[in-house]
Amino acid sequence: MNHQGHMASYGQPQPGYQEYQPFVYENQHMTGVPPSQYGPYNGPIQGYQQTAVPQGPLRLPPGTAPPPTSIPPSTTAQQPIYNQYRQGEVLNGPALPDQMQRLPVSQPYMPGNTLRSGSQTMPSQHYAPPLSHAQQLPNQMARMQISGVSVNSASPVSQGYDPPASRPQVATSLPPVGPTPYSTPLQNAPSSTPQDNSLLQQPFPGQPTPASTFTSLPTANLPPSLGMQRPPMMHGLPLPGQAPSGTYPSMPNHRSMDPQPGMPGVILSGPTQGFQMQPAPNQGFVPQQNGSFGQMRAPQPNYPAPSVGAPNYSSQPQPQQKRLDPDSIPSPQLNELPTQKKTRHRIDPDAIPSPIQVIEDDKSNRGSEPFTTAVRGQVPPLVTTDFVVKDQGNASPRFMRCATYNIPCTSDMAKQCQVPLTAVIKPLATLPADEAHPFIVDHGETGPIRCNRCKAYMCPYMQFIEGGRRFQCAFCCCVTEVLPHYFQHLDHTGKRMDYYDRPELSLGSYEFLATVDYCKSNKFPNPPAFIFMIDVSYNAMKSGLVHLLCEELKSLLDFLPREGNTEESAIRVGFVTYNKVLHFYNVKSTLAQPQMMVVSDVADMFVPLLDGFLVNVIESRAVINSLLDQIPEMFADTRETETVFGPVIQAGLEALKAAECAGKLFIFHSTLPLAEAPGKLKNRDDKKLVNTDKEKVLFQPQTSFYNNLAKECVAHGCCVDLFLFPNQYVDVATLGLVTYHTGGSIYKYTYFQAQADGERFLNDLHRDVRKVIGFDAVMRVRTSTGIRATDFFGSFYMSNTTDVELAALDCDKTITVEFKHDDKLNEDSGAQIQCALLYTSCSGQRRLRIHNLSLNCCTQLADLYRNCETDTLINFFVKLAYRGVLNNPTKPVRETLINQSAQILACYRKNCASPSSAGQLILPECMKLLPVYLNCVLKSDVLQPGAEVSTDDRAYIRQLVASMDVSETNVFFYPRLLPVHKMEIDTDDFPVAIRCSEERLSKGGIYLLENGLNLFIWVGMNTQHDLIQSIFNVQSFGQIDSGMAALPQLDNPYSKKLRSMVDIIRAQRPRFMKLLIVKQEDKMEVLFKHFLMEDKSANGGASYVDFLCHMHKEIRQLLS
Amino acid sequence: MPPVMIRINDEQQKSSVTMTAYLEFIQQNEERDGIRFSWNVWPSSRLEATRMVVPLACLFTPLKERPDLPPIQYEPVLCSRATCRAVLNPLCQVDYRAKLWTCNFCFQRNQFSPSYSGISEVNQPAELLPQFSTIEYVVQRGSSAPLIFLYVVDTCLEEDDLQALKESLQMSLSLLPPNALVGLITFGRMVQVHELNCEGISKSYVFRGTKDLTAKQIQDMLGLAKPPKGVQGRTPQPHEHPSLSSRFLQPVHKIDMNLTDLLGELQRDPWPVPQGKRPLRSTGVALSIAVGLLEVSFPNTGARIMLFTGGPPTQGPGMVVGDELKTPIRSWHDIEKDNARFLKKATKHYEALADRATVNGHCIDIYACSLDQTGLLELKCCSNLTGGYIAMADSFNTSLFKQTFQRVFSKSLQGDFRMAFGASLEVKTTRELKIAGAIGTCVSLNSKGPSVSENELGVGGTCQWKVCGLDPSTTLGIYFEVVNQHNAPIPQGGRGAIQFVTIYQHSSSQRRIRVTTVARNWADAQSQLQHIEAAFDQEASAVLMARLGVFRAESEEGPDVLRWLDRQLIRLCQKFGQFHKDDPNSFRLSETFSLYPQFMFHLRRSPFLQVFNNSPDESSYYRHHFMRQDLTQSLIMIQPVLYSYSFHGPPEPVLLDSGSILPDRILLMDTFFQIVIYHGETISQWRKAGYQEMQEYENFKQLLQAPLDDAQEILQTRFPMPRYIDTEHGGSQARFLLSKVNPSQTHNNLYAWGQESGAPILTDDVSLQVFMDHLKKLAVSSAS
Repeated sequence: MNHQGHMASYGQPQPGYQEYQPFVYENQHMTGVPPSQYGPYNGPIQGYQQTAVPQGPLRLPPGTAPPPTSIPPSTTAQQPIYNQYRQGEVLNGPALPDQMQRLPVSQPYMPGNTLRSGSQTMPSQHYAPPLSHAQQLPNQMARMQISGVSVNSASPVSQGYDPPASRPQVATSLPPVGPTPYSTPLQNAPSSTPQDNSLLQQPFPGQPTPASTFTSLPTANLPPSLGMQRPPMMHGLPLPGQAPSGTYPSMPNHRSMDPQPGMPGVILSGPTQGFQMQPAPNQGFVPQQNGSFGQMRAPQPNYPAPSVGAPNYSSQPQPQQKRLDPDSIPSPQLNELPTQKKTRHRIDPDAIPSPIQVIEDDKSNRGSEPFTTAVRGQVPPLVTTDFVVKDQGNASPRFMRCATYNIPCTSDMAKQCQVPLTAVIKPLATLPADEAHPFIVDHGETGPIRCNRCKAYMCPYMQFIEGGRRFQCAFCCCVTEVLPHYFQHLDHTGKRMDYYDRPELSLGSYEFLATVDYCKSNKFPNPPAFIFMIDVSYNAMKSGLVHLLCEELKSLLDFLPREGNTEESAIRVGFVTYNKVLHFYNVKSTLAQPQMMVVSDVADMFVPLLDGFLVNVIESRAVINSLLDQIPEMFADTRETETVFGPVIQAGLEALKAAECAGKLFIFHSTLPLAEAPGKLKNRDDKKLVNTDKEKVLFQPQTSFYNNLAKECVAHGCCVDLFLFPNQYVDVATLGLVTYHTGGSIYKYTYFQAQADGERFLNDLHRDVRKVIGFDAVMRVRTSTGIRATDFFGSFYMSNTTDVELAALDCDKTITVEFKHDDKLNEDSGAQIQCALLYTSCSGQRRLRIHNLSLNCCTQLADLYRNCETDTLINFFVKLAYRGVLNNPTKPVRETLINQSAQILACYRKNCASPSSAGQLILPECMKLLPVYLNCVLKSDVLQPGAEVSTDDRAYIRQLVASMDVSETNVFFYPRLLPVHKMEIDTDDFPVAIRCSEERLSKGGIYLLENGLNLFIWVGMNTQHDLIQSIFNVQSFGQIDSGMAALPQLDNPYSKKLRSMVDIIRAQRPRFMKLLIVKQEDKMEVLFKHFLMEDKSANGGASYVDFLCHMHKEIRQLLS
Repeated sequence: MPPVMIRINDEQQKSSVTMTAYLEFIQQNEERDGIRFSWNVWPSSRLEATRMVVPLACLFTPLKERPDLPPIQYEPVLCSRATCRAVLNPLCQVDYRAKLWTCNFCFQRNQFSPSYSGISEVNQPAELLPQFSTIEYVVQRGSSAPLIFLYVVDTCLEEDDLQALKESLQMSLSLLPPNALVGLITFGRMVQVHELNCEGISKSYVFRGTKDLTAKQIQDMLGLAKPPKGVQGRTPQPHEHPSLSSRFLQPVHKIDMNLTDLLGELQRDPWPVPQGKRPLRSTGVALSIAVGLLEVSFPNTGARIMLFTGGPPTQGPGMVVGDELKTPIRSWHDIEKDNARFLKKATKHYEALADRATVNGHCIDIYACSLDQTGLLELKCCSNLTGGYIAMADSFNTSLFKQTFQRVFSKSLQGDFRMAFGASLEVKTTRELKIAGAIGTCVSLNSKGPSVSENELGVGGTCQWKVCGLDPSTTLGIYFEVVNQHNAPIPQGGRGAIQFVTIYQHSSSQRRIRVTTVARNWADAQSQLQHIEAAFDQEASAVLMARLGVFRAESEEGPDVLRWLDRQLIRLCQKFGQFHKDDPNSFRLSETFSLYPQFMFHLRRSPFLQVFNNSPDESSYYRHHFMRQDLTQSLIMIQPVLYSYSFHGPPEPVLLDSGSILPDRILLMDTFFQIVIYHGETISQWRKAGYQEMQEYENFKQLLQAPLDDAQEILQTRFPMPRYIDTEHGGSQARFLLSKVNPSQTHNNLYAWGQESGAPILTDDVSLQVFMDHLKKLAVSSAS
């Protein structure tokens, strides 16, 4: 679809109106808007103040903190949080300042200044959460003392990050750094912190103003509000850092853990936290967590003062010492791949940033209150956090998530920091029931109102001028006349009077009804069709697939996607079976029995019938059922083992073409297509290619046939879903190509047996058939001048550089977009992104879904580092790397990833962190999980395959990941490991996850591990018999049948709870996970261990600790 | 009612004794051997023979119905000379004592086999008895395959047309022998090959209608390549003919019900036909698949592909016209102007198919029912070369089609189908004769031999032909050349002999060999011309010449053929007429030649040679039937017969002349293709007035009824069913009659004749009278 040309059409405002429900609207903005506006204000201010008063707050409840500075109270409140997190660690302060900056920007947005009163309320709300935080903190601190690091992790900043897969190679590269033993020192060197602070503060001179405004407010209120501020964003760490300059001894206290003198400590400090790894050779670990090296000692002394903190710190040293045995720490060279023992000794795993901690902190900090989107550049809660979104002008993070919400103004800055500017967009994401579905706006016959020049759609960022007669585009600044029917007067703030009545003026996400101009060949589309294409060759019959599938289809057809509340689905269905030839079925309702039409001319595929192939399910029910009964019977004795594949897709495509509609093919396929036909493949699997320069061919299609076919499919809106049931190599890389380019899904069930895998397959099929889907879609991402979408990742096809063409797009498909500068951005106006998706709904309606997101721009790198989202970043890296393997061997791909990450971190270290000894590893708070997640990515099967990983599986994963959203990549790379034995039966909550490492498994425990594709229950040998009894219904560990397909249905709380957990987890993931029971020391355990991402992997992936050291080395090299 | 005989009787009064004798002789020969020679006494030298103008030739009906002929349950005895292999026959000299026989063709002496040891003058095997000059052997060896019928059905039909066709097809199932294999292919935009042995679901293989496929491809695509692990993969059920193609061709008794249902569910071609377009009809591919299917599954077994089509092929190989309605299908005019784009390509396609079919002994019928042309011109070769039928009607919903189709399955008195398959006809001659060629529904088997002439007439260059489908009336014209040199006289009383050996698959699926051996006297044309003259068979000659003419017309321009015919006629008149030079009035022809010019007159006007007023399809249709029918029918085609009914007496044959059209007569004309009942002006008025309903005019009612009954009689037996036309003076359909009669009265000479004597014909065609006058003038002219 060309967006161009439609520009002219302005919808009539009125029509849209009616549909639109004012109620909802008002409510939303009523509640949402004002508060949010305030929120931001407070936030920044607090941050600001906090910097001043970091220490006190640490443990103290907000209240305590406030005193120091008048306004500061709020800041103090925050600090406490941070401090707590850090406890011992040295915190760099940067985070807060960011917010400060933001405020000013935000102001323009909020007309609401006037409404201060409202604002106050907000803060108070915020308040509550912080408190709890504060309380928890102390506890945590106590635990964490061991290493500052751990403390850091506790900080709210990062939410759950997922599983990393590490690869050995990485480890090897590490060595250089490592000569020194690793010590996990804790805090950042005090000295550094101060500096940071100062730096940070300076940049924010502007902030004062906001602060000032606040001051006017009653002080009392302030304090709490401060605490509230999105602690997560500004990690506690930063604050401390800032403090330094101030004064504040408190910081020093934190440092209490002095690193051991001699040790070059590695400090990992996020902007906030740092944990240090001391590279110093030979030296033992510094039990104490020091910030920076030199200072280590000094800090401690200071510490004492800090009230609560002190005790913790003191305790810390000891534990650290235990773990860090100086002697054992061999030279730091990671290269050597120190044995597990060694590493353990060197660095306390607890001392390094913990994904679990980050996730849990974010949950507790941000899970309880709604995330309102009124403010520009807000970092949303982590994907692992359960939160409610209120759309107030920016798209929900469920639709769009960015790696950084504050982007550099210039390309130089962007190059310097190497942080990719990227957005992960899921245009049709499913929203939770309590969030409003995007409203549909009808602008009438003239179509949606758009900017004359850049064709951007009407959105909240458009500025109406000249009394509402024109509007200025927020993207290209062009001024466009307002069509008469869309005219509306402006109020005194310059807003249109109908601001709240029109979703396109007040919301971040909404839909336009498209006019006929937006349709192919200027005809409104027909409702789409689903075609089920079933392999009936020997393998498929034998595995029971065909039988199972046909049986299931009978009921499944009742669940075709429906529009809104309509009774009947408009989608028509058709059936094809095939082996070496294709069989079409005429299931016209008037027939007494179905008719089968065999097309054996596979070289030149065509559709043998028109009428009766695609039918309405309800009308043709009887014939369809009769057909589905007969298919398994007809082919029961087949001995045909050869299949075709290309012609199958061609047939579906032709059928859709003939019916003049878009649609989806569900292909159920079992073998490598060896029969003579276009798209015939040969078995080219060659394990020997792994780790060679030719490895990439394994990911490339064998023939260009499927590429061309995909192109044609996309042109006609033919989406292909592929269900594979292979018993051997089927060349997923080639077969999946069309699926990949048409926005389809691919499912693979290796060694499928109806008995064992039926449940998984049927559930997947059910979900796949029923899910929300748009057809024949084109997505266009527009941005404000200065940046440009330059690269796209996901399952789609692009025939030019701007339009993402999708034969279909469903609610699970995500597209990752990378932006690059082509000009300067302006701090004041920020940067806007508008993603417009033109698609055909399941009822055949042509629509445009618009998502808008506004970001802040910065001239200071620190702002950027404070507003990052590691999960999104990882999502981007994965997709980049997985695409990279198409053209490069995996080793350079891995190295590129490491390099870029190292540069990001080095840049932070160089520009934003307080100066400290080179031995310290300082990480930005927002990115403190970058190493662990990156390691998971590097260790993944695609980038570093073990011998047991098949070529097909790698290609399969590669494709899956391409369209994963952030939450999926998160859990996929860092699996969730839940201690089942610790579950609380009385509540619905899950037990707190533990880190993916074998040493964290207890022999007496039962654990559940899931990564979105796999689901394991691991049973320790010493698990109590009664627990085993109540879950597995057997007497003892030895009697547990690891082959069981499902947990027994037992009527006891443990069993119920566990089963409900499994059900809930399955429901959360787009794909059904088959449950595998793994007993400790069983041979299956290898499989399970593969997912313990923090450990060294069997195929050479580095352990978390080793990798961290390696990263440190890389960073140091960059810095030197 | 044998019209020809009537005509002969007509002339009988004048006939001489010799002539009567010859007529009897000819008739006997025809009844016994199914053979009519142009000359029954043969000129003994090559030179003389060529001067006879009409070549020595015969019309031979290989399977002439001989209910009295007992099948001989053993195999024929063959001459042992490899180049001869003639069959022992009554003309052979037998030495009973030595148990030897001498071949009368090559004079080879052959020993009888031991099984003939009991042979003696009083104990002769049938083949030596003179009354068995035609004899039929039944070959015992070899497995007998059932008959195969493959229906190829066009679905681009109007609803009621399709319905009628479906009913006819369903009905036909009951007419087939229970063990016959039947298959179904339907086509429209696509071609569907239906699988017949499935329950619960009907299966078909679908092919694109635009792509020609080789036999190998078809075989692969239908899954016939390998043992029946095919698509269905069902274990082959044991049945009588566990052939690979059993999925597509099934015994009628097994799938009777299935197929009836399947036919019942047949829908019109579902693809939409846009305004101004013809439906896309893939006749070419459908036939190609049918041929391919049988080719791979039942080679050398009798099979009938029956094509039912309701319009021209519009796509793919063999397309005859594009799908744009604004471009009309080719006319004779287009063809003459070389403006028929698809003609050559399509013809080539169908000829190739026909060739393949003939190789395997399969024949192709075409049932074309449409108001417009259906491409018979291009398709005709499929039937012409394989011996299949062509039937043409306006719609499948006409009795013309229904009965014609039904009659295909008619049975003889013995209960056998009147059809035979895969015949090869071999002709052996004594050494004075050579074989010049054959004209009929046959193809050459390219069997060269010493008896093959270098001069070809018709399909020549061989002494063996293949006739894939034949019935008791299938008749071939076989042309000979006398090669005996003038200076090597044949001894007095010498006889020339010809043996026809027809090996074919009987409808009972037995393999049979029919052997006909005939002999005729030689005569010296110089000294015994009168004998030769008297032995002239002008009817056979007319038909044989007509066949030659039609054969030429297929490849040459119409006018050339007419000129050739005229020239032949003039030469014949010059040779055998008695006249004084340059005195036309003195011209006389003997009785044996007297009718010949008249035949030629009508032949010139017939649709076989005139394309005016006929579409290419019609011409093809007429010619097809002319080339396969026996002498009687052929003569009717050349010169329709006309009967007159009146109160003046019993029905009588009258001259095919406009003078016979009188107001108080009812005329019945049989042109073979049409039966026209014409009510004269007065009769028609009476009829309109309803006199026949009144008791006192019972006789009028009877008069009206009489021609109807006679017509019915003809309709009963004729194949294909003629078009039945009931018309009257001034009726539009009267044109059928008016176009046939000799225009003795036209608007040009109307007043000279007076109105009462007949009806004037509005034509510029010459009348027989003018034609004859002209002929005489030319014949007597010394200039020529």
